[in-house]
Amino acid sequence: MADTATTTALLDLRGVRKSFRTPDGHERTVLEGVDFRLEEGDIVALLGKSGSGKSTLLRIMAGLIKSNGGDVMYRGIPMTGPAKGISMVFQSFALFPWLTVQENVELGLEAAGVGKDEREERAGAAIDLIGLGGYESAYPKELSGGMRQRVGFARALVMRPDVLLLDEPFSALDVLTSETLREDLLDLWDERKIPTKGILLVSHNIEEAVSMADRVLVFSSDPGRVRAEIRVGLPRPRDTESAAFRQIVDEVYTLMTAHARGGGVEAQEQLTLGYRLPDTTPGKMVGLLESIAEAPFNGRADLPQLAEETELEDDALFHLFEGLRVLGLARIAAGDIFLTPVGKTFIEVEEAERKAMFADLLIKNIPLAARIRKVLDERRDHRAPEDRFLQELQDYLTDSEAERVLETAITWGRYAEIYDYDYTSGVLMLPEDVVEEMEAEEANEGDS
Amino acid sequence: MRWPLPTVAVSQDLKPNSWDLALIPVVFAVLALLAFGAAQMSIPYDVGEPLPLSLDPANLPYYLLRSALRMAAALVASLAFTIVFAVTAAKVPALEKVLIPILDILQSIPILGFLSITVTGFIALFPGNLLGVECAAIFAIFTSQAWNMAFSLYSSLKTVPNDLIEASDMFHLSAWQRFWRLEMPWGMPGLVWNMMMSVSGGWFFVVASEAISVSGQNISLPGVGSYIALAIAEKNLAAIGWAILGVLGGIIVYDQLIFRPLVAWTDKFKVDSLPGEQVPESWLLTLMQRGRLFRYLARLPAALWEVFTGLLRRHDKETLFHRAPGPLLTLPDWVGRAWDAVLVVVAVLGLVQVALFVHGEVGFGEIGQVLLYGLATTLRVVVLITLASLIWVPIGVWIGQRPLVAQNVQWIAQFMAAFPANLMFPVAVIVIVRFDLDVDVWTSPLMILGTQWYILFNVIAGASAIPQEMKDAAGNLGLTGWLKWKRFYIPAIFPSYVTGAITASGGSWNASIVAELVSWGDTKLEAHGLGAYIARATSDGDFPRIALGIAVMCLFVMAFNRFLWRRLYMLAAERLRLD
Repeated sequence: MADTATTTALLDLRGVRKSFRTPDGHERTVLEGVDFRLEEGDIVALLGKSGSGKSTLLRIMAGLIKSNGGDVMYRGIPMTGPAKGISMVFQSFALFPWLTVQENVELGLEAAGVGKDEREERAGAAIDLIGLGGYESAYPKELSGGMRQRVGFARALVMRPDVLLLDEPFSALDVLTSETLREDLLDLWDERKIPTKGILLVSHNIEEAVSMADRVLVFSSDPGRVRAEIRVGLPRPRDTESAAFRQIVDEVYTLMTAHARGGGVEAQEQLTLGYRLPDTTPGKMVGLLESIAEAPFNGRADLPQLAEETELEDDALFHLFEGLRVLGLARIAAGDIFLTPVGKTFIEVEEAERKAMFADLLIKNIPLAARIRKVLDERRDHRAPEDRFLQELQDYLTDSEAERVLETAITWGRYAEIYDYDYTSGVLMLPEDVVEEMEAEEANEGDS
Repeated sequence: MRWPLPTVAVSQDLKPNSWDLALIPVVFAVLALLAFGAAQMSIPYDVGEPLPLSLDPANLPYYLLRSALRMAAALVASLAFTIVFAVTAAKVPALEKVLIPILDILQSIPILGFLSITVTGFIALFPGNLLGVECAAIFAIFTSQAWNMAFSLYSSLKTVPNDLIEASDMFHLSAWQRFWRLEMPWGMPGLVWNMMMSVSGGWFFVVASEAISVSGQNISLPGVGSYIALAIAEKNLAAIGWAILGVLGGIIVYDQLIFRPLVAWTDKFKVDSLPGEQVPESWLLTLMQRGRLFRYLARLPAALWEVFTGLLRRHDKETLFHRAPGPLLTLPDWVGRAWDAVLVVVAVLGLVQVALFVHGEVGFGEIGQVLLYGLATTLRVVVLITLASLIWVPIGVWIGQRPLVAQNVQWIAQFMAAFPANLMFPVAVIVIVRFDLDVDVWTSPLMILGTQWYILFNVIAGASAIPQEMKDAAGNLGLTGWLKWKRFYIPAIFPSYVTGAITASGGSWNASIVAELVSWGDTKLEAHGLGAYIARATSDGDFPRIALGIAVMCLFVMAFNRFLWRRLYMLAAERLRLD
């Protein structure tokens, strides 16, 4: 302990907080009390669901955005902007389409005022190092995704950074390409061919994180904070099929899916109107339920195995799990997902009955869906503009997130046939048959 | 030990190759013409002095050169304005609030109105020299070109992808470097496209702005426009024919020497070219890119650039952290509110001022009259756009389905849009007089003569972009007849159609000023409408009425845009995109 305190970490974050202001003045906290150190020689992976604020944290470390509280230090100095010595690789590559590979790689050197000859030499070396030799004069649009990301790496490495920040750099690539690129990067690192002293990788792919990092940090959402840390003590290159590796992956899955407020609590926690509905669809949830119910899982599935079987991205999978969980169709414990009794019935019944069940579960468990239905029931014309609900959501969420949540609620409600939506006018309404039913009832009451 | 070769191997690389040989004469010819034309622009001149003008076709190339130079000067001015305006509006939020609405209004002011208002000022600016009148004409052309270019660059600057901004921050680009490396290239394709559209429109206004009447005096600047004005006054049909040929030549030269190369060049700034999209080509650009000497000449500006950027860097303090260039001048809340209040007060004062001015000079009765004229012109525009749509949409869709035809027709349509339709007006006058037709009805088609092509070529572009699979699906489902149009073609081309129709309608409003009052020799035909009202006030030099007419037209155009076009555009953008 004593010696870690005397050496300064590459990056040192203490109690970092970040909040955004919603348009009507409410604050939404994205990050709260985040502590983090990146030491020399470390590869750290930051794992979290999409929207958990891990990208925001990365941008704070990059100096691209400012935190609202806490300390952010680079080599012991408080950060005030993008630091010399920190480079970043982007998920979308972020290459300048009008510059050639060579010019893209030279850009940072040019900004730093490096002379033309040195620039060309260093860029050339970086291009060769990352395996792009021969493509110097190509434009990014001529290259495949994997090659483009290689340019992204060359552009970052040519700056000889201390710290390399990787923002899901492999997630836009296919499996094979991303594996090759990952291995190439690790070779450069392990053979010390690059001067980089620390790497931070943001990812939502568990296997990717475990195969690269010395430490894996699991990030929780609402507000984002580091929930757990796992040391991966395996030597690189790692055998992803080995028992030790599989065990760590399993452990991370368990941590990622364990619920923050004390795992295994039977009673559903009370959700609020501003609950961020997971980004998934009823169709996918039904599909996953069926997969779990069938062989080889027969109602209970090991998470990594399920991920492999369904060939779904970890991130998509976690949203699915969350959806099934809040509806009470499945539960997760100890790295396994299993069907609840309700979930079992749901799978066994006919399509029409399923929809009715889904409708009940939705109204019982999701406050937003219940709220929409209640408002529509009460209104004389059974119609309400979406803006009405958006405004309510904006008390809790940012604009874009409020829109996404409402969109999800609309998709779910349409499947359950508890309300309908007209895209052109942006109006929510009760389905026609429901309205007819209600009118018939009213007419009967009027008669009697 | 081997010595490395010197990096500059002059003897070998500077030797011109065959591509250079082809290019050198072109360059020298252009330079010589520019020098000659420019010298002619600043000769001494006093208002009232007649400028010699002859209808001899041999003089036409010279007149063309003068007109083309005016265009070029206006284009350079527009470009400068565009950059200053767009950067200011995009980077200074406090000014953005004012600048964007102002531009919106400027855009709807009829261009010929600017000319009548500004010409006296420009003449006073250069007493005893032709440059004043030249400037007024150039300014009129400028007003026809600048606004949409400025809008285009502004909206590009506001939509630079966030990841590229982050990348340029991470790599410590200064504001200067960021502008030239990221923001300008990002806006380039849109800017060049709008420049091309602007110059298309510019020919129309060159023709209309060279023969100016100031305080009862007619000034005719040497140029195609004056040549045509003279031809009309002298009823010389042969001269009109020559002028048409000349302008065609001018458009071709502009297209080949400036826009083809520019468009081909900006292709590299497009983020992703769509599969199957044609890569634009230009012989001139190919010559320049392959010519060895020209490649080397291009290095000179690049080197100067490097030095200049380096000098700028010197002033930056060396720090560990980079300060990201954010929006300039962000004000605290209360300052923002005070600024809003100031703006409101200024707007109200302006309104009062205008009301007093118009009341004092014109009287409110006439305002009612002018509003009625406005309605008449509106009716014309609506009917004409509808008719043009009924004709060109089916034809455009038919052509768009046939790639080979589309390529050729597309070019012709763009060309027709650039061709100044006012050249055809004399023909219309002759026909109307010969057959004794109703002036109010039959002068109307002149308004859309030049602008209908925007509908055609946008529809062609839209129809060519329909994915093959959608066409297959429509065929597979057995869609035919009206159903096929209603459910397939019309929704598919709707976004491009709206774009075209907006341009066509804006152009028609502008054209009404020249189209509702036409003449041939002593014959003058005047329709009832706002355009004719403005045109008459202009030739009388009656400023209050010019102002009133322009203000009313501006009002109509803005209302039209807000209540019709913007809605259609939103509908197209939201619901009917093909992606």
